[in-house]
Amino acid sequence: MGRPDTHAIANKILTYSIVDGPGNRLVIFLQGCNFNCASCHNPYTIGTCDHCGDCVPACHANALSISGGKVIFDPANCDQCDDCLTICPISASPMVHEISVDDIVNIARTHRAFLSGITVSGGEATQQLKFITALFTAIKAAPDLRDLTCFVDTNGQLSAKGWDALLPVTDGVMLDLKGFDPALHTTLTGQNNTLVLHSAQIAAGAGKLHEFRFLAIPGKTDTAAEISALINFLTPFGPDIRLRLNAFQHHGVRGVARQWDKMEQAGIERIKAALLAAGFENITTPALYL
Amino acid sequence: MSEIFQKLRAITNDKTLSPKQKAHYLALEAENMLPYPDLDADVAKALEQRVICDMYEGHAPYKPRYVLPDFSVVLKNGSEYLELPVPETLDEAINTLMIAYHHTPSVTGIPVYIGQLDDLLLPFCDGVSDDDLHRKIKLFWRYLDRVLPDAFMHANIGPTDNRVARAILRVDAELKQIAPNLTFFYDPDISSDAILKMATDNIVECSKPHIANHPIHRDTFDERGYGIVSCYNALPVAGGASTMPRLNLLEVAKRATSIADFFDNTLPHYMELNFRLGQARLDYLFNHSNFFTSFLVDEGWIARDRFTVMYGIFAMAEAVNTLQDIEGREGRYGFDDAANALGLKMSEMMAGIVENRPMENVWRGRAMLHSQAGLSTDAVTTPGVRIPYGTEPDPVSHVLALAPHHQFYTSGISEILTVDETVKNNPEAMLQLCKGALAHGFREFTANVASNDLVRVTGYMIRLSDVEKFQACEGSRTNTTALGSEAANMTGILDRKPRVVGQELSPKFAS
Repeated sequence: MGRPDTHAIANKILTYSIVDGPGNRLVIFLQGCNFNCASCHNPYTIGTCDHCGDCVPACHANALSISGGKVIFDPANCDQCDDCLTICPISASPMVHEISVDDIVNIARTHRAFLSGITVSGGEATQQLKFITALFTAIKAAPDLRDLTCFVDTNGQLSAKGWDALLPVTDGVMLDLKGFDPALHTTLTGQNNTLVLHSAQIAAGAGKLHEFRFLAIPGKTDTAAEISALINFLTPFGPDIRLRLNAFQHHGVRGVARQWDKMEQAGIERIKAALLAAGFENITTPALYL
Repeated sequence: MSEIFQKLRAITNDKTLSPKQKAHYLALEAENMLPYPDLDADVAKALEQRVICDMYEGHAPYKPRYVLPDFSVVLKNGSEYLELPVPETLDEAINTLMIAYHHTPSVTGIPVYIGQLDDLLLPFCDGVSDDDLHRKIKLFWRYLDRVLPDAFMHANIGPTDNRVARAILRVDAELKQIAPNLTFFYDPDISSDAILKMATDNIVECSKPHIANHPIHRDTFDERGYGIVSCYNALPVAGGASTMPRLNLLEVAKRATSIADFFDNTLPHYMELNFRLGQARLDYLFNHSNFFTSFLVDEGWIARDRFTVMYGIFAMAEAVNTLQDIEGREGRYGFDDAANALGLKMSEMMAGIVENRPMENVWRGRAMLHSQAGLSTDAVTTPGVRIPYGTEPDPVSHVLALAPHHQFYTSGISEILTVDETVKNNPEAMLQLCKGALAHGFREFTANVASNDLVRVTGYMIRLSDVEKFQACEGSRTNTTALGSEAANMTGILDRKPRVVGQELSPKFAS
C-alpha cells in the first residue's frame, strides 16, 4: 500500500474506554476487516476506501471533496450525519485518517495518568500487523509508558507466523469467535474458522489470552451443539479462562441481520448456566441490553 | 400578615413533611420576619436581584453555616457540660460521638461533619475482633441514617489503610444508605493501592465515597487539620465556615458590555458587594448572636477564630457563554479552548481578589473561594465551574477541561463524573480515572455510575426510588429527598449524561 510500517489507517481513536480491556484504555480502531459479518455493529470499518467518490455528493456539509483522484475529508465541516457511510458501496468510510506510532505515543503521554493501557481494535487490527508491532515496541521502550499494558482485540484471523511477531510485545489478546460449526462460521463471516481457533490456542499457550468472547445469536450460535463445542474447546484452557458472552443486538447493524432476533438476557443466562455447570468460573455477561 | 399566615399554615398542614421538618421550616420563617442585618443600598439591590445570594441562610445568623467540632477533644476529655466521662471502650466512644452530634449546630440543624472516624475510633479498637468491629460500625451507620437522615452529614476516613476505614467502606457498600456522606482522603505516599481500590470499588457499587486529594488539602490548611463536609466543602477542623455568600456569574456577565468590561468593572464590583454581604452576616453572628458563648468554645471543641467564609461562585458555564455571545464567538464552555481559557481567567482573577481582600472575624483574615454546587431552585444555571448537564464530554476530557480551575478553589470544588454501568464489569477503570484526576490536580474525585439507585445530585446523595415515591406524594424519611426532587424538577439534574456504551461499540469520527 506504500505506507510505512510505522503508519496505519485509523477510523477512530478514543482516549477513554472502559469496555476494551482492563481499566481505562486508549483505543485505536483501525480501518479494514478481513471478515464480512452480517452481524457487525460497525460495518463501516470493514472496507478500505477506493476513492470512487460516491460519497462526495451525498455530503450536505461540504466535508468531502475530490482532489488528485482521492477523496479528501475535512473534519472541521463534518456534522456527523453519517450519510457517507450509508451510501458507501463497499462498507468503507471516507472519514478515516492516517496515524503514526509517534502520534499514538504522544497521545498516550498526554493521557498517561488516566490510562491502564492501550488496545488496538478495528476493523481487524492485525491486518495492519507491522504498525501494531511497531507501536507496542515503542511503548515498551519508553520508560514513562512501559507500564501501560498493550492489548489487541482481534477476530483471530492471523497466521502463526503473524503471532510470532506480535505476541512478544503484546500483553493480552481479546479474541472473538463467531461460531464453531465451520459452515456456520463461513456463513456468518465469509471465512472459515481454522485460523481463529488456532489463534486462540496460540495466545492461550503463551499465557496471553486475556479474554475469549463468544457472540450469541439466537437460532444460530446459541444452539446446544454450539454451546457444547464451546465447552469442549475451552476446557483445555482451564476453568479460570476469562470468557465474555456477547449478546447479538441490532445497534449499528445493517442489512439482513436486522431481521434476526436480538439475543435476550434470559438466553445469555441460560448459556452462562451451562458454562458454570461445566466448571468455568470467570464468565462476564453484558452489563446492559440495548 | 395574611400572606405570612398562609405560608405558615402551608407548612403546618403539609402532607409530606414530618413534624420535625415542619418545626425547622417554621423556625426559618420566624427568623425571616426579623429585619435583615444592615446592608448598604448597593448590596441590598444586588441581593434583591440575586446577583449575589445569601443561600437563604436566614435573616439573623445565630449559628455558623458549617461547624466542624474537633471530636477528639470530647473523646479525650469527656465533657463537663454534657456530664460525659472519658470513654474507655469502643462502645463508649461511639456512644459519646452519637451524643456529641446532637450538640453540633449547622445551617440545616443536622451536623454536616461527624469526624475523621478512623483517627477517632482506632485508639479504642485494640482487642476488638474484626467481626465485632463490623457489627458495631453497622449499627452506628444505621443509627446515623435513621436518626440524622440528611445526606449533607459527612464522615471522613483515610489516608492510612486501617481497620476502621476498611470496616466503614465494607458497611457503606453493604447498606447503600444516603447518609452519611463519605470522603476517603487519598495520599499516594501514605494510602495503599488496596484501600484506594476498595474505595473506588465502592463508588462502582453505590457512588460513594468521594476521594479527596489529601496532599493538596493538607497544604491548604494547618496542623490542626481539615474536614470534608456537607457536599465537598474543605474547612478547618475545630472551626468551620460562618457563612457562604455566593456570586451568580451569569447575572454578572449579563451586566457587562464586553469581556473587558466584565473583568475591569462588573466582576470586581459585584465581588466587592458579595464581600460586604458576607461581612454584614458575620458581624451579626460574632457581635450580636452570642453563639460563641457556647460550651463548645469553652471546652475547646471549636475556636472562635477558626471559622472561614466560603466565597461561593456558580454559573461559570453560562457566564462564559454569555460573554462569548456578546463578543460574537461561537465556542461553548467545556468544549472550546478560547471559552475554557476565559473561564480559567475568571477563576484566577477571583482567587486573586479573594486573597487580597481582608475580612474581619474570619480565619486567617481572608475568605476562601468555593465552586458552589447549586441550590435546588437554580433553574438556568450550572453549579460552580461545571459543564452543563447533559452536554458533558467523556470523563477524561471532562477532567482535563476543568482540572486547571481546581488550584483556585481552596474551600472546595467538585465535578460529578458520570460513568456508564459497563464499569461494573471493569472496576479497575474507576480506580484509573480516580488516579488520573487526582494526578491532574483535582482536589476531589466524585463519580456516579449511571444505573445506581443511589446518585449524587449537586454533591449530596439521593435515591432515585425515593424521588419517585416523593413525587407520588408519599413523603420521604430523608431531608435531602425534598431538595433533590425539587432540583430534579427544576434543573434537569437527572439529565446528566451517562456515557452510552454504544459510543465505544460503534466508533464515529470525532469532529
